[in-house]
Amino acid sequence: MSPKHNFQESVKEFYKLLVILFIGLIVCIGLLLYTINNPKNNTSVDVTNTTEYVEVPEIEEDYDKIENGIHVRTGFVDGEGLMLVVQNCTNCHSAKLVTQNRMSKEKWLATIRWMQKTQNLWDLGTNEEPILNYLSTYYAPNQIGRRENLKDIEWYELEN
Amino acid sequence: MERRKFITKASLSAVVGLLGMDIVFGELIPNKYTLLAFQDTNPYQLFNKNKEMVVLNDKPWNMEAQAHLLDDNITPNSTMFIRNNGNVPEIIDVNNWKILVDGEAVNKQKSYTLNELKSKFKHYTYQLTLECGGNGRSEFNPPAKGNQWTIGAVSCASWTGVRLKDVLTDVGIKDTAVYIGYHAADTHLSGDTAKEPISRGVPIDKALQDETLLAFQMNGDEIPLAHGYPLRLIAGGYPASASGKWLNRISVRNIVHDGEKMTGSSYRVPKNPVAPGDKVKDEDMVIIESMPVKSLLTYPKSGATFSINKKLNIRGHAWAGELAVAKVEYSIDFGSTWKLCDLKKPVNRLAWQHFSALIKFPKTGYYEVWVKATDSNNISQPMLVPGWNPKGYLNNACHRIAVKVIE
Repeated sequence: MSPKHNFQESVKEFYKLLVILFIGLIVCIGLLLYTINNPKNNTSVDVTNTTEYVEVPEIEEDYDKIENGIHVRTGFVDGEGLMLVVQNCTNCHSAKLVTQNRMSKEKWLATIRWMQKTQNLWDLGTNEEPILNYLSTYYAPNQIGRRENLKDIEWYELEN
Repeated sequence: MERRKFITKASLSAVVGLLGMDIVFGELIPNKYTLLAFQDTNPYQLFNKNKEMVVLNDKPWNMEAQAHLLDDNITPNSTMFIRNNGNVPEIIDVNNWKILVDGEAVNKQKSYTLNELKSKFKHYTYQLTLECGGNGRSEFNPPAKGNQWTIGAVSCASWTGVRLKDVLTDVGIKDTAVYIGYHAADTHLSGDTAKEPISRGVPIDKALQDETLLAFQMNGDEIPLAHGYPLRLIAGGYPASASGKWLNRISVRNIVHDGEKMTGSSYRVPKNPVAPGDKVKDEDMVIIESMPVKSLLTYPKSGATFSINKKLNIRGHAWAGELAVAKVEYSIDFGSTWKLCDLKKPVNRLAWQHFSALIKFPKTGYYEVWVKATDSNNISQPMLVPGWNPKGYLNNACHRIAVKVIE
């Protein structure tokens, strides 16, 4: 090998080294900038950012909460068979359709049979009896006669 | 007809119109995605309703008014009751909306786009009373199952559309026609796409009345979504369930229409009177047609307290199904004596009529003001809840309010 050839080889080697160093430098600077700007590592308190944090409600814990004897999520009266009713009767329709009605055990059963016949309600199996007992206990008819007294009147002064 | 249409830019603009706001990046909303606005659980915002409306059911949506909310001569959307049997259609593709007229008793089935309907036939506007067949159900004893309506499932809005009879004449119907049945775009609560939530109708004579409309406007604007946008059959004076919402098909039948909620005990009452709580066989039930005479005191709101020196102005509306109201009376002594109210003639056939009176009270104390309407056949409202029926329909008992007269 000639000395000239040797020199050219060395220049090439040196040039490669320079390129690698340069790339390394860029990567280092990039990492440094990322580290500085990464919010996770930002230990200083930034007041303007606090509005971005939203409190996550603990849904799981309160999902079937009972308050004053009422199952909050559905409005059903708390009692034996409650969860069976929630699970079987609120898939297709609102709990309100149950809670606004008053029926005897026989009529509740007739309603279940009607829903099974026409509305795709499934066979309730061994759950049927406890569901019926719940409904006919907590949603039984009141004797309201042929016409009730007016109730819940909110009195107010009539302006002319 | 395919119920859920792919959201095109065109249909989206319709949705935008209904929501009253713009949807940014609307064209990027994926197929079959339910807009959050329609998943909203606040029905007052969702349907633009007065805060004093009462929600009876949220799956499906059912809401009723209170008496004092219905004081307007023409019921606005904000206080119009909502009665749904299924889910409100999520997406309405108004540009591709078609109404098909078919059935055994048409010469040849024919379909119209909304634009064809609007441009081909003359438009008519009528004020039409729509009352739910089950309005007043909550008072029956023993109770009947279903939404427990009190008094607020009634409205009288101004409806604009084309006469169904003009459309049926254009299609061409046979002498064998006895009934029309509607089909619509709402979906069954169980999610079963093979089931229709409701498909009722009216006898052919009712279908051919001048006031029976295929309506595309309510109170001068597009029909609100909850009330049947973009097209609704309006058959005033009949149970409001006969006025099908989100209409996409009318079948002219050679039999009494046998769609969902036409058969069994739905919208039917015993053909002969029964004792409260009696079991009635399906074959002993008859379809409700004209609604009975009824009235509502809309002013003042129950609970008014005022001086013995002042006279009390009362007012409200009265209606009588297919008939007119001949007179309205009031009583402040539980029906012992009745006095006539001033009664206006209806704006058009099947519109409710407005009554008013000025009352002087004899002494201080608690009173109930009762009102009683009488129809053109001399049939009056009962003061007690009328004949019991298994499904709790047609309670037209007199409405009354409580007032207190003080020194």
